[in-house]
Amino acid sequence: MTAATMTTEAMTTEAVVTGIGVTAPNGLGTQTWWDAVLQGRSGIRPITRFDASGYPVRLAGEITDFVDEEHIPSRLLPQTDRMTRLSLVAAQEALADAGVVPAELERYHAGVVTASSAGGFEFGQRELQALWSKGGPYVSAYQSFAWFYAVNSGQISIRHDFRGPSGVLVTEQAGGLDAVGQARRHVRKGVGLVVTGGVDASLCPWGWAAQISDGRLSTRTDPATAYRPFSADASGQVSGEGGALLVLESADEARRRGRRPYGTIAGCAATFDPPSGESRLGRAAELALADAGLSPQDVDLVFADASGVRAEDRAEAAALAGLFGVRGVPVTAPKATVGRLSSGAGGLDLAAALLALRHQIIPPTVNVGQPADDCPIDLVTDRPRAARLRVALVLARGRGGFNAATVVRTAS
Amino acid sequence: MSLLHLDELKQILRECAGEDESTDLNADVLDVPFADLGYDSLAVLQVSGRVELHCRITLDEDDISTMTTPREFLALVDAAPAAGSVA
Repeated sequence: MTAATMTTEAMTTEAVVTGIGVTAPNGLGTQTWWDAVLQGRSGIRPITRFDASGYPVRLAGEITDFVDEEHIPSRLLPQTDRMTRLSLVAAQEALADAGVVPAELERYHAGVVTASSAGGFEFGQRELQALWSKGGPYVSAYQSFAWFYAVNSGQISIRHDFRGPSGVLVTEQAGGLDAVGQARRHVRKGVGLVVTGGVDASLCPWGWAAQISDGRLSTRTDPATAYRPFSADASGQVSGEGGALLVLESADEARRRGRRPYGTIAGCAATFDPPSGESRLGRAAELALADAGLSPQDVDLVFADASGVRAEDRAEAAALAGLFGVRGVPVTAPKATVGRLSSGAGGLDLAAALLALRHQIIPPTVNVGQPADDCPIDLVTDRPRAARLRVALVLARGRGGFNAATVVRTAS
Repeated sequence: MSLLHLDELKQILRECAGEDESTDLNADVLDVPFADLGYDSLAVLQVSGRVELHCRITLDEDDISTMTTPREFLALVDAAPAAGSVA
C-alpha cells in the first residue's frame, strides 16, 4: 500500500505500545530484564545448551533459567522449537501487561506480526539427525511447521484465538523493527490490536555452524571483552537468544480501554545496502525521522545497532555523525548485556527505548568504556544517565544488507 | 490378541502429542473422538507413524484420515498388514 492510497486519517492514526513481554539472557520478564540492564548485569556466558568446546566461538547470550515445562502446556511441547516456546511466554506477558481481556477482544481484529531469522533451527536439526541416522519414518510430523519462520506468529495466534492479519518479516536483525512497521500498517488500516516484535533462538550446533560462517562472531572467551561495540578493542559480535514482544494498538483504542501507553511508534523506515557494501543505515534513519515528522535535533537518544565489527561500528558512527554531528546525541546499546539477538533484537531495543522514555533514564552500554577515536559518539557507558527524553531513535542492521530505523516518542 | 492395547496407545499419545489440561486420558476414552481429546490431524499423523514403528505395521493414510476414535484406531492397527509385506 502506498502513501497515495491511504486516507489522510489512516496515515495519521497514532500507533502506541501498551504491553511488553521479554525473554532475555539476563532476565525472564520485563522487570527482571530492565533491572539487569540498568545495573549492567550481563547474560553473556559460556554456552551450556550444547557442547561448544569444539567450536572457535564458545560464548553466547544464553537463557539459562527457562524451564520449558513450567511455561508451556504438555500438548505444545512436542510441536514447538525453543524460539516458539520463548515467544509464547513473551506474548503472554505482553498481553497481560496490556490488560487485554480475551472475552472483550474482537478476534478478527487482533493479529500477530513477528520477525524470524532462521526459523526453528534446534527442532530442525534434531529432525535432520533423525532423517539421516534412522530414516524418514522417524521424522516428527510437527517438523512440517515447527521449523517455519511464521510459526511463532501462528502459534501465538492459535493460543490466543487471534483471527486478524498475521505474518512474519525475515530480515535478520532488522526484522524486529520491520515487523513493528508492518504491525503499525495494520493498526492504521483498522486492526484493533497486533502482537509484534520478535524472539529468536539458534543455540544449537547447526545454528552455530551457520552463524560462525561469516566470521563476524568474536572468538574471545572472556564474557566481559568479547562484545565491545564501538571500542577500539572490538573483536566482533556475540550471538544470543530471546527477544521481546509488544502489543500495538491505536491511541484511541488504548484510551478507550483505559490503558496508559509506553509510547508511540512515530516513524518507521527500511533501506537495503547496495552490492558495493556502502551503508544505507543513515538513510533509513533519515526516512524514519521524516515519517515521524521530526528532525535530528528532536532526537534525545539513539539505540545503536552496535555491530562490534570494527568496520561496521565505524560506518554506524559515521551515519550518526552525519545526522547529529560528532557526539551530537547520546547513544547507547543495552544489547551489550545480551549479545545480538537476531530477530529478537528489534523488539528488545524498542522495549528498552520505551522504558527509557517512561523512566527518563538512559541504560548504559556495558564492557566498552571509552569508544574508539574513529567512532566519535557520545556513548553512555558504565552507569545509567538520567535525561529528559521524549524521542528515541532505534537502529538495526541485518546480515545481508538490511537496515531498519524506528522513531519512538512519548505518547500524546 | 491385539497388537496394541489402549493403555499403550494412551502412552504413545502422551509422548507424541502431550496431554491437554482439560482432558483426562485415564477416563474411558475408547469412543471419544481424538479431536475432543485435544489431538488434531497432525497429532494423529504423528502418533500413527510412531505406532507403525512400534508394531512393525503399515497403516493406510486414507484410513488414518477417516477414523476418529481410539477404538477405530485400534481396529485399524489389528487389521493392518505387517510392514514391508505385500498388501
